[in-house]
Amino acid sequence: MSQPNRLETGGALIDRAHKITFWFDGRPYKGHPGDTLASALLANGVKLVNRSYKYHRPRGVVSAGPEEPNALVNLGADETHEPNIRMTQIELHDGLEATSQNRFPSLQADVGVLNAAASRLYPAGFYYKTFIHPRHAWKYVFEPIIRRIAGLGKAPTHADTSQYEHTYAFCDVLVAGGGIAGLIAAKAAGEAGARVILAEQTERLGGRLLVDDDAEIEGKPAKVWLEETVAALEAMDNVTIRLRTACSAAYDHNYCLLYERSGDKGEAAQVRHRLWRVRTGRVVAATGMIERPIAFHYNDLPGVMLAGAVRDYVKLWGVSPGENTVVYTTNDDGYRTALALNEAGQTVSAILDSREAPVGDLIEKAKAAGLTIHAHTGIGKAKAKGQRLAQIETISFNDPDAEGEAIACDCVAMAGGWSPVVHLYSHSGGKAHWDEDLAMYRPDPANPPRGKDAEAMVVVAGSANGELTTGAVATQTATVTAAALSELGFTASAAAPSVTAPSEAAIVPVWCTPSKGKAGLGGKHFLDYQNDVTVADVALAAREGYESVEHAKRYTTLGMATDQGKLSNINGHAILGKTLGKTMAEVGTTTFRPPYTPISFGSIAGRETGNLFKPVRQTAMHDWHAAHGAEWEPVGDWRRPYRYQRGSEDRDTSIHRECLRVRQTVGVLDASTLGKIIVKGPDAAKFLDLMYTNMMSSLKPGKCRYGLMNNENGFLMDDGVVVRLDEDTFLCHTTSGGADRIHAWFEEWLQTEWFDFKVYVANVTEQFTQIAVAGPKGLELLGSLDSDIDFAAVPFMGMAEGTVEGCPVRAFRISFTGELSYEFAVPLSFGLSLWEKLHAKAEALGGGVYGTEAQHILRAEKGFVVIGDETDGTVTAHDVGMSWAVSKKKEDFIGKRAMERADLTRPDRKQLVGLLTEDPNEVLPDGAHGVENGKAIGHVTSTYFSPTLKRSIAMALINGGRSRFGEVIEISTAKKKTARAVICDPVFYDAKGERQDV
Amino acid sequence: MSNLDLSLARPILEGVNDTGAGGLKLSVQPLRGMVTLRADLSDTTVAAAVKTAVGSDMPDVRKATETALWMSPDELLLLTPYGEAGAAVAKLTEALSGVHHLAVDVSDARTMFKLEGDAAREVLAKGAPVDLARDQFGKGDLRRTRISHIAAAFWQSGESPDVFEIICFRSYATYLWEWLEESSREGTMPGIL
Repeated sequence: MSQPNRLETGGALIDRAHKITFWFDGRPYKGHPGDTLASALLANGVKLVNRSYKYHRPRGVVSAGPEEPNALVNLGADETHEPNIRMTQIELHDGLEATSQNRFPSLQADVGVLNAAASRLYPAGFYYKTFIHPRHAWKYVFEPIIRRIAGLGKAPTHADTSQYEHTYAFCDVLVAGGGIAGLIAAKAAGEAGARVILAEQTERLGGRLLVDDDAEIEGKPAKVWLEETVAALEAMDNVTIRLRTACSAAYDHNYCLLYERSGDKGEAAQVRHRLWRVRTGRVVAATGMIERPIAFHYNDLPGVMLAGAVRDYVKLWGVSPGENTVVYTTNDDGYRTALALNEAGQTVSAILDSREAPVGDLIEKAKAAGLTIHAHTGIGKAKAKGQRLAQIETISFNDPDAEGEAIACDCVAMAGGWSPVVHLYSHSGGKAHWDEDLAMYRPDPANPPRGKDAEAMVVVAGSANGELTTGAVATQTATVTAAALSELGFTASAAAPSVTAPSEAAIVPVWCTPSKGKAGLGGKHFLDYQNDVTVADVALAAREGYESVEHAKRYTTLGMATDQGKLSNINGHAILGKTLGKTMAEVGTTTFRPPYTPISFGSIAGRETGNLFKPVRQTAMHDWHAAHGAEWEPVGDWRRPYRYQRGSEDRDTSIHRECLRVRQTVGVLDASTLGKIIVKGPDAAKFLDLMYTNMMSSLKPGKCRYGLMNNENGFLMDDGVVVRLDEDTFLCHTTSGGADRIHAWFEEWLQTEWFDFKVYVANVTEQFTQIAVAGPKGLELLGSLDSDIDFAAVPFMGMAEGTVEGCPVRAFRISFTGELSYEFAVPLSFGLSLWEKLHAKAEALGGGVYGTEAQHILRAEKGFVVIGDETDGTVTAHDVGMSWAVSKKKEDFIGKRAMERADLTRPDRKQLVGLLTEDPNEVLPDGAHGVENGKAIGHVTSTYFSPTLKRSIAMALINGGRSRFGEVIEISTAKKKTARAVICDPVFYDAKGERQDV
Repeated sequence: MSNLDLSLARPILEGVNDTGAGGLKLSVQPLRGMVTLRADLSDTTVAAAVKTAVGSDMPDVRKATETALWMSPDELLLLTPYGEAGAAVAKLTEALSGVHHLAVDVSDARTMFKLEGDAAREVLAKGAPVDLARDQFGKGDLRRTRISHIAAAFWQSGESPDVFEIICFRSYATYLWEWLEESSREGTMPGIL
């Protein structure tokens, strides 16, 4: 297999001695180590690499870097498959596999190209205009079809087996970009003693110096200076150089993201991608520039490329993108491409220059080389043969109506001028301003992104700042780096390396090349290649009133592709301005948002997949529960046993068995997840009186009281039993999910409002295992324990401390089941030991363990509320019938005044009631609505089949429900189906509470 | 509290893993006594009480001594042998009689790990937003921070820059163990610390 477009010589990056095989669309090709997928395919003469998004037009490689809009591939297969990767950034390795995207059935014969035939029917705003009516058709007809035809890469179907990593890092200076500016900045910072990270997105340092070696630095050829500088940097311990690492984002307070692709190079590296979160003193954005394409008729044909990229392929990879090239330039730099092609023995049929009288060192060189230059001339039209560029026709800017010259060519090198990469400067609010002379957006030094001390946290160096010559790059970089280092407290010299380089004359930008006839409307003058946005589309948007650049962007999708407008935005904004009669500065730019280039989902996930995806909190008995058939219920991060499976019994059978065991014998429950917060100090009682709706200061030491907690709006936010351990010390139990929230809530009030209170709090949730023992045989169980506590003597809502079976415990006589019940708090390390003893005793008495669902049914039978079931953030203590827990004596508590607002005292508010269905076996759906006269009058909050009562029971919030006991209402149970239920008191069982208070 | 049987106290997780990168060794430490003390740390009475209770000087901000860890501007975590935290609380209570404070035995609330090896710093840096450069984080330095998704604290307890003690809440111990194991894999270190 030959590589027809591989040049005989040249190619600084490739290792010609070795050949490797790679696969594109199922066909094998040869390339060299050092190639990118793009350079290797070009070497193999593969010019058609993709189809565009909207019209499915054939597209080729345009660039040689991260700005590439066209050449996206599905990289890898199955477990390694990653879609939408730019082949200009894919380093070739042996066995690499890639497939083209957005085509069916194949790249060469794609049916979606019919879209292009109908392109006049797809103007800007097409989706908005066409699919508004009929409304439902969008969802069922249009969208599925469009999604099938239009789409980029394929979503992976296999789990990703690659390894991804995260790391945090810290430095004084983060240099983004390893070109000449980045190297000068890193060296200056390194020599000043700063901690430096130099991140370069490619696998090489040197940037354009590797290609454009026509400068002398410090009296040496550029390449010698480069080698010496890199060696100096590598020798510095305080400088970290990371290749294949892009600085993706610069967030507030100099928090930056680096995206490292060390493992994309094949099998060698173990970690495929690593995401770095870096905190730095300053960012030096030495991010360079991106070349702009030029709009002309059919400027999207495969073979039309950026001039700088053409030069890159020739000099870095020894690849000629075409045998016969036309250079279309607006500035001197385009001549470098012509010269490079010429030196490589390739034909340059013509240089078309937008300027009237180009003069300068590079122009002279081109003339000396015998190249033909057409001044004040552009490309009026390109023509394809097959699916490739075959010919262009020139157009004279002096006289667009004059007959153009037809020039055969298979490559056009566009030099439309340069756009500084101001992204990092802009991510956190830095502004760019339009420089009319240089025809580019440059960072506005008056409006930098500011750090925590209002310092300019991103410093832009070199061509990223709009510096166009090597000399200016060196001088400006040295100056701003020294200033930044000095702000950071380092002493640095601002001396720049001396540079001799060719002079360059000013640009004359061409935003849209005129064409004769209908082509002049710009319907095939492409701006955004990936999204097929043309000059005509942007002009239409402007005429239809989308004058704001942000509106025009969304209406036309200009700049909304995966390249985020790196090539298209400036040209598009110029067209918008031209149509509206506005200057570039008046049009403005869209927002530059991170990341700079797309980053992989794998890098975002890092190692946090599988078990590590989300933490699971485990109690001391977690493994015991698992071994005893627990089905888990997530409660916050906790896993609680919902029920315990026995044999092959079904779900309801096991839950009902657990319920009846508590009602008839004795059950044990793992209640460890309840929040436990110690509140201590001389003002603790006063503080808790403010935090709870009821009075806590009157609680006697050694006693428990159920408490309700409001937020400021008077709505219930938590509940739990408060125990007064001694005069100054309280133990507050919270809901299982609420411990951290309530702890933070206490701290917030103490730190921000009542900082004069002498109160300390500590969250001791994790210190204790909590075990509930409930049921009529509870006392019998406790009596059989080896303990120094006289349980019978502990009154309801009382507490005792002592030892049980060798374990230190606090025993609270409280009940959430309505049965005689004790809860034991034991230091967590003892938890499993005590649990095993209590469980064994319970089993001996015919009882055993019960899970959270049985607990929920038992409490519902008693009409006890659960925060989050009966409440939803809009429910007050009065609504749930707990006015008895709202103190009337206290002067104040959180939410007191809110509870007195008219809306919270309305008699027709939703109130908690019980519901008994007419059919005792019909269990209402959770959340079902009560309906009356076609209107919803409330909803079901808890609903179960009660094994105790052998019928269904439900709790509900019903408008004015407490005055409607005995009335029958309808509950919507399914579409067009209702159930009848009678409203009743929500306490279904043992209304007098005789069982718990024996 | 008669008949207390310390043998009934079981750690939630036990184990040693020394298969990590560059000879990394990860181990769960035996149970330790721990006391949360909240008080005005600038009060000399408080400093004297700490000295009496656990024999430590008052640790500086974000520092650890052998038996006292700085946890926040008004909070310490004091370390004792397991089973002796109650006695430490009693000593504090006596020494701080009349001084507003909170001292509570939290010996069972946390699990302690030890991570040893050349790559220990890099492992921690994978999950904790802490500057772990050797000249920035040395003997006695402590951070109460997070590791991956969970709250944690770690400190360099001895002279060796490669040995770290780590604590997290007990319910998260399995998660942290698995995270540390995963993050210790050979060939996955960024290689900057």
